[in-house]
Amino acid sequence: MAKLLETRSLTKRFGGVTAIDDLNFSVDQGGVHCLIGPNGAGKSTLFKLIVGRITPTAGSILFCGRDITALPTSARIRAGLSIKMQVPGIFPDLPVAQNLTIALQRHRSRAETRREVDRLLDFAQLGSDAAKPAGQLAHGQKQWLEIAMAIALNPALLFLDEPTAGLSPDETFKTGEMVLALQREGMTILVVEHDMAFVRQIAEQVTVLHFGRLFAEGSIDEITANEQVQSIYLGESHDAI
Amino acid sequence: MPLRDFAALLNGPQTIGRGAGFWSVAVLTVVLAAIYPLFAEPFAIANAAYFGVWVFMALGLGLLWGYGGMLSFGQTAFFGLAGYAYGVMAINFGAAHSYPMLALFLALAIGTGFSALLGYFMIYGGINGVFVGIVTLSVTLAFATFMNQTAGPEWRIGRARLNGYNGMTRIPSLSIDWFDGHRIKFDGGNFYYLVLVLLVVAYLALRVLVNSRFGNVLVASRENSERAELLGYAIRRYQLAAFAIGGFLASLSGALYAAWGNFIVPASMALPAAAMPIIWVAVGGRQDVTATLIGTFVVLYVFQMLTVVSQQYALIAIGVLLVVTVLVAPGGYVLWVVDMVGRLRRRAAAPDPVQSDAVEMRLREGVNRG
Repeated sequence: MAKLLETRSLTKRFGGVTAIDDLNFSVDQGGVHCLIGPNGAGKSTLFKLIVGRITPTAGSILFCGRDITALPTSARIRAGLSIKMQVPGIFPDLPVAQNLTIALQRHRSRAETRREVDRLLDFAQLGSDAAKPAGQLAHGQKQWLEIAMAIALNPALLFLDEPTAGLSPDETFKTGEMVLALQREGMTILVVEHDMAFVRQIAEQVTVLHFGRLFAEGSIDEITANEQVQSIYLGESHDAI
Repeated sequence: MPLRDFAALLNGPQTIGRGAGFWSVAVLTVVLAAIYPLFAEPFAIANAAYFGVWVFMALGLGLLWGYGGMLSFGQTAFFGLAGYAYGVMAINFGAAHSYPMLALFLALAIGTGFSALLGYFMIYGGINGVFVGIVTLSVTLAFATFMNQTAGPEWRIGRARLNGYNGMTRIPSLSIDWFDGHRIKFDGGNFYYLVLVLLVVAYLALRVLVNSRFGNVLVASRENSERAELLGYAIRRYQLAAFAIGGFLASLSGALYAAWGNFIVPASMALPAAAMPIIWVAVGGRQDVTATLIGTFVVLYVFQMLTVVSQQYALIAIGVLLVVTVLVAPGGYVLWVVDMVGRLRRRAAAPDPVQSDAVEMRLREGVNRG
């Protein structure tokens, strides 16, 4: 399978702390890939490196076979990466539909934009709130609106950072259904996540990060059965997984 | 139908006022403004033109601050720079061969170029939020202070004396020479019509701009610049373009002002002057072109009425007006009134949810930021 995203000997140091340590990590084309790890494992740093918020100390990042290490964020987005941040990133005082229009207008004609807005409103189940300022939506709806904005770019890789943060179990399950629907459409999705029930719902491939290194990789069942993972990730509460 | 296409460009999510009613009133206003000189005193005509001259700067600030979220105190610096540039060139070039028009275009290029340069260093240097205000205010005051000390005879550019605190005088008016040697001088009624035409053009152009894709990205960068960037927009380019357009409009005000009064003084860039555009724009409503336009005219008129009584009290009254605005209608009075009317109408008859929501959003925007 073709490698969509790849890091080569990626390293990031903050003073004396090595947050990402010589990491070789890759995401194949297709499917849902989850990135997990205990607090301080380097998930956020890796996220920021891939997005382009910070520059690595050493190593490189390849996307679709192209070196994107030096590209600014907006250029990475135009190359086919789309990101949903942990905190809902929406345009709070603009109507929901206009939020989506802004996401679509860069690469779509006016007529296409109108059609796509309707489709995405349906997808995010926000059809009845199209004219409402996005800031007035419930927290879960904001998350879905942002996911809809992220997929509006028709990305080669959708990158979700803790999409279930602050969601109720019902909303979390619904978010999982959305991710699976996207996967069925053929989208490749990378998810950074804490919630193991959610990971179990969506993931085909799981990567465990620990102290900035790749600790384990495999299917969710393999990872769950891995005792080393249990000891670093779960501490005493084994049954959480 | 081209007219209908153009009308579609004028309306959109970023402006209030659409539909036949609004545009009828707008056309009527322009017609009334066009026949006003037929029955008004020459002083009243010149005075109305004087109000109009300032509006370009206010509209530019509205674009920057209301739509782009960048509060600039620098508009008066661009105003002053273009005013002085026009003065220096118009004095040196003389009035022949339509040279004042050349001076006008060059002054606009200088003012706009300077604003783009300042904007470039700020925006690409990562200065944002309140620091934009601080940097631009510093530039304005430094420029005003510099011009204040140019009183000596050594401060001259060609035939133009800068003249320090007292300002540059005897600046030629705008004029065009036809090929048959006939000269149209833009003073009095002619100048009034020039300003009126430019105002209509600027207003319509800004409406098209803010409702375009560009306008969408500009408000997106105000709302959440990180999200806008994550949608693939190089938002600093958009912010820089907005800054340069704001600088162009302030320069237009400055050059027209120098041509209107035939003088320009450093006080037109000093602290009270630098605060004025902020007040015009805040009182009317900064998030809408129409609100900014109306608010600026009203505040200018009220300020002038008060100045006749006492200049000091006029400044205090305008300060109080700003405070009251921030407390009562942080989004500006024009939008506040529009919202009230919308609410009453909704209560009375069938609602128009999109329109009233848009206004509500603007008001809340003001509350959040006020």
